[in-house]
Amino acid sequence: MRVAELAANKKNISELIVKSRTENLSLIRDFISNKASAKGLSKEDIENIMLSVDEACTNIIKHAYDSYPDGEIVINLEFNSEKILITIIDQGITFNPDSVPDPDLQKYYRNGRVGGLGMYLMKTLMDDVKYISVPGEYNKVLLSKKINVAHK
Amino acid sequence: MAEFSTSIVNKGDVSVINLSGYLDAHTAPTLENNFTDLIDQNKFKIVVNFNELAYISSAGLGVFMAYIENIRNNNGDIKLTNMNEKVFNIFDLLGFPLLYEIFKTEEEAVIKYNESSGVGSK
Repeated sequence: MRVAELAANKKNISELIVKSRTENLSLIRDFISNKASAKGLSKEDIENIMLSVDEACTNIIKHAYDSYPDGEIVINLEFNSEKILITIIDQGITFNPDSVPDPDLQKYYRNGRVGGLGMYLMKTLMDDVKYISVPGEYNKVLLSKKINVAHK
Repeated sequence: MAEFSTSIVNKGDVSVINLSGYLDAHTAPTLENNFTDLIDQNKFKIVVNFNELAYISSAGLGVFMAYIENIRNNNGDIKLTNMNEKVFNIFDLLGFPLLYEIFKTEEEAVIKYNESSGVGSK
């Protein structure tokens, strides 16, 4: 029984570890897309989850690691009966997500600079976005979304 | 792997940038270079055709914000065309349709420039 449980667990958890480089974003998106397709998620869900994970990882590469290319990003993907949970871990600089305001396009227009768009997309496309940090040790982004699994 | 590419076609004095593939934080600099090149050549009437674009993240959206004010200050614009539904939805979520003219076809966007550059019109 225990072995069967472990096997079931194993099947529902996947992990990808990549270096903090933007060239790895396509690899990250493929990983999400492949695993989510295999679980029968709808195309729309897959696209929204893929974009949210891209945004989270882009923020980690640019801000947590400040474009340092050899940081590590660990992406864990877990499915249960009703939702997908993605945990993204880095060892970069901790930031306060509450310090990121919602996007203001008029302001961006004046400044020619954008910020916070990715976080806004994540919050909009996922059901829940959480940040957990132990400064100097790790930062974790937890993304979750209820899933509609297509009948196979 | 052909991730992202662009090509520029001149239609009269309008420059059309065709996008193809995946526009993300890794590939956005390619498009940034296109805009800076056009601006250097004083080409400010720009149409961006999304027909072959499969994917865009906020890093790609940021490119449009970075140049728009400079371009409009030079009597130009960035008009967007041929977006698939998925790409349009991302633009829409972030409120971009308030700031940019989005057309179904490239022709409509080019015509709009030609109309507004006529003598006596605005």
